[in-house]
Amino acid sequence: MEVDGLTVDFALGEETVRAVDRLSFSLAAGRAIGLVGESGSGKSTVAGALLGLHRGTGARVGGTVRVNGTDVGTASDRELRALRGAVAAMVFQDPLSSLDPYYAVGDQIAEVYRVHTAATRRAARARAVEVLDRVGIPDAARRADARPHEFSGGMRQRALIAMALACEPRLLIADEPTTALDVTVQAQILDLLHDLRHETGMGLLLVTHDVGVAAESVDEVLVMRHGREVERGPVAEVLGAPRETYTRALLSAVPRVDGPVVRGSGGTAETSEAPGRASDGAPAVGDVLIEAVDLRREFRRGRRTVSAVDGVSLTVGAGETLGIVGESGSGKTTLGRMLVRLLDPTEGRLRYRGTEIGAAPEKQLRPFRRELQMIFQDPVSSLNPRRSVGESVADPLRAAGVLDEDRVVGRVRELLERVGLDPDRYDRYPHEFSGGQRQRVGIARALAAEPRLIVCDEPVSALDVTTQAQVTALLAELQRELGLALVFIAHDLAVVRQVSDRVAVMRHGRIVEQGTVEEVYGAPSDPYTRQLLAAVPALDPVLAAERRAARKTLPPVAEKVTAA
Amino acid sequence: MTRYLLKRLGGAVLVLLVLSVAIYALFYLAPGDPARLACGDRCSTQQVEQVRRQLGLDESVYAQYAHFLQGIVTGRDYSTGTAVLHCDAPCLGFSYQTDQQVTALILDRLPATVSLAVGAMVIWLAVGVGTGLLSALRRGGITERALTLLTLAGTGTPVFILGLLLLMVVCAYLQWLPFPTYVPLTEDPEQWAWNMLLPWLTLGFFESAKYARLTRSSTLETLAEDHIRTFRAYGVGERAVVGRHALRGAVPPVIALSALDFGTVMGGAVITESLFNIPGIGKTLIDGVREIDLPVVVGVVLVIGAAVVLANVVADLLYAAADRRVVLH
Repeated sequence: MEVDGLTVDFALGEETVRAVDRLSFSLAAGRAIGLVGESGSGKSTVAGALLGLHRGTGARVGGTVRVNGTDVGTASDRELRALRGAVAAMVFQDPLSSLDPYYAVGDQIAEVYRVHTAATRRAARARAVEVLDRVGIPDAARRADARPHEFSGGMRQRALIAMALACEPRLLIADEPTTALDVTVQAQILDLLHDLRHETGMGLLLVTHDVGVAAESVDEVLVMRHGREVERGPVAEVLGAPRETYTRALLSAVPRVDGPVVRGSGGTAETSEAPGRASDGAPAVGDVLIEAVDLRREFRRGRRTVSAVDGVSLTVGAGETLGIVGESGSGKTTLGRMLVRLLDPTEGRLRYRGTEIGAAPEKQLRPFRRELQMIFQDPVSSLNPRRSVGESVADPLRAAGVLDEDRVVGRVRELLERVGLDPDRYDRYPHEFSGGQRQRVGIARALAAEPRLIVCDEPVSALDVTTQAQVTALLAELQRELGLALVFIAHDLAVVRQVSDRVAVMRHGRIVEQGTVEEVYGAPSDPYTRQLLAAVPALDPVLAAERRAARKTLPPVAEKVTAA
Repeated sequence: MTRYLLKRLGGAVLVLLVLSVAIYALFYLAPGDPARLACGDRCSTQQVEQVRRQLGLDESVYAQYAHFLQGIVTGRDYSTGTAVLHCDAPCLGFSYQTDQQVTALILDRLPATVSLAVGAMVIWLAVGVGTGLLSALRRGGITERALTLLTLAGTGTPVFILGLLLLMVVCAYLQWLPFPTYVPLTEDPEQWAWNMLLPWLTLGFFESAKYARLTRSSTLETLAEDHIRTFRAYGVGERAVVGRHALRGAVPPVIALSALDFGTVMGGAVITESLFNIPGIGKTLIDGVREIDLPVVVGVVLVIGAAVVLANVVADLLYAAADRRVVLH
């Protein structure tokens, strides 16, 4: 594959946006290259251009792209169709929406196979079972009849990879293949891609925002920004000794599970001694602020009852950060919502500053609502798109009803400035802000009520690494200044390590391990924690290879057979 | 599944009971004396009283309603003064005006309405889905603009205007067809079809505008989905992408809405039936209301209600059959 001077322009109304700007690279058979960049860097556009997917969409493509001798730009529609899937096959990011919900997985793979071969229906179906088996779908002959929604996330991604393999392509293009997956499943998929590449000798183009994922899987890295190449070279060189400032900044923003903890602030219990509000009877730093004992929450699903949180006990001290990590479905969000009583616990006790609030009726809860706040994962949907950000931040102030209108506006401007936004943007609407800025608005809204405890539910998982680092630094700074207690919920072990004093690891609604960061990450006692840590991609390719070998000796993490 | 059906059946019975109670209540709140109307203008007060007794109108409302329910479950006997008429279950009573059994009357009128509904549905599915699909695939072109204009005109034209226009042009001006009269299918299938053609076209075109819009939007929505991109990226031809994958996603809502509309047309095509003089359910209902003929009105409303409820169940079942992610419970 050869890309020479690739340029892609999108017409956006009157304007033209250059998504890819004079990009050149090549990939020899059997090699792997990673396109790494933050959102909007144009990396997925490049992946699409390799298969000529921009044809007929109004995008203008310049430069030349050659895949296995075919010039994608000048090829006829027929030649292009022959290329797609048979010579170069693509694996997409979201495995649920990338498969047709109405047909059996095996039939979809067979359909693609028949397009490129003269196989009979029966032979195509047999081939589908064969490739499903190859990618590690258990009982492939039977599972081939299942619809995509009957597969778990990891299995869907395996099925998509099977579809890509069906025609034995020379090149596999994987566009963020593991972004929607849990870390243990991600490791399995990356290992699978690695093995397949060595077995079949196909080339791999991996598009990812996660430097760690690239380090695990490719020989060469191309760092992109604003559609341009920033740096390109062998993976060990680019990640080990980056030449460009941007690459260095990108790498230093990546939180790690090894090496020294680089806190945005060092805002631990020891360093933040005298919080400003000690005078109004606030508990001193280190005192227990909230305590949960044997907290349970059940949900009814038809006739079945599912325990989302199954007997969790924990404490959060004033001014400290408790990190909660776990994979999807582990119950961490349910737990977080119970801590601020957005959800009622089915059983168990919840004591806040000495008062039992686990079963308290709304009226008694009133005075505590202000002190218990929450920041949500998706800064887009957790802000009302029809209200200006200033109004959104003002809501909790108006609800409290203490300040008059002028002072509410004044206070909101203060808060916006405090979280690093221009207070003159009070009247702007959420869509005019970037993801990171929106999350800052969410933080300002939580701060407006002057809380003592903020539960942050995946506050940075929708953000790019550099923005992620800025937002976590802001949280740490605010914590130090205001003496806040934080509960930081995330699936990303490295982020949790970076921000937390203590960590709780959740699985299937229970806490399997709890302790200081040093204990949990340095000497994990629970096998599940060890598996999680082993699955985190390493930034160093040599280490990554060692880890890959080590993972093979660990017992496999049981993958849920069906998604809910 | 069985649980779902039982639940829906229970719901349907409840709906029909409420409907019948509502009609009894309306009937007794509305002015007019059915006994006098049935007897005729020249009846003496005595004669009217006799008719009143015969019709059972001398009983209390509650007793009348109880007898009505009893008739549906077990059948009931009517005395005409000289003889006793037996009416088998499910008995909806006798018409006050014609002394006909309501059950028989409805069974007599049903084929005309079903003929109209089925034919119209075929047309709205063919025309509506066809134009909708075409305008989705020719997006941005002149075809799409023309079709959009046409569907807009279709939605905006009341059904009686459309019907009158067709009658005037086809029957009066061009004289391609005689003015339609209803001929039962069992009597002469060819004449049946020729006479039903205009009613079908009228109702079908009117409804197809809605289907064109629905099909267009649901096709465009499906075409924008990720799995369509997957199959394009795997070299699957455009015809297969649209035919197998896009249509598969676009059709279920159309089918479901069709089932609902079929139910509505069963009872609600009053205008079309009156315009073309089709002796169907809708026309029977209008006549019954005008003549304060309670048994006919209640009977017809119950049949219409049952048709709508049934159509809802069928729509749900079709949806679940089309999309296996849907679980009925």
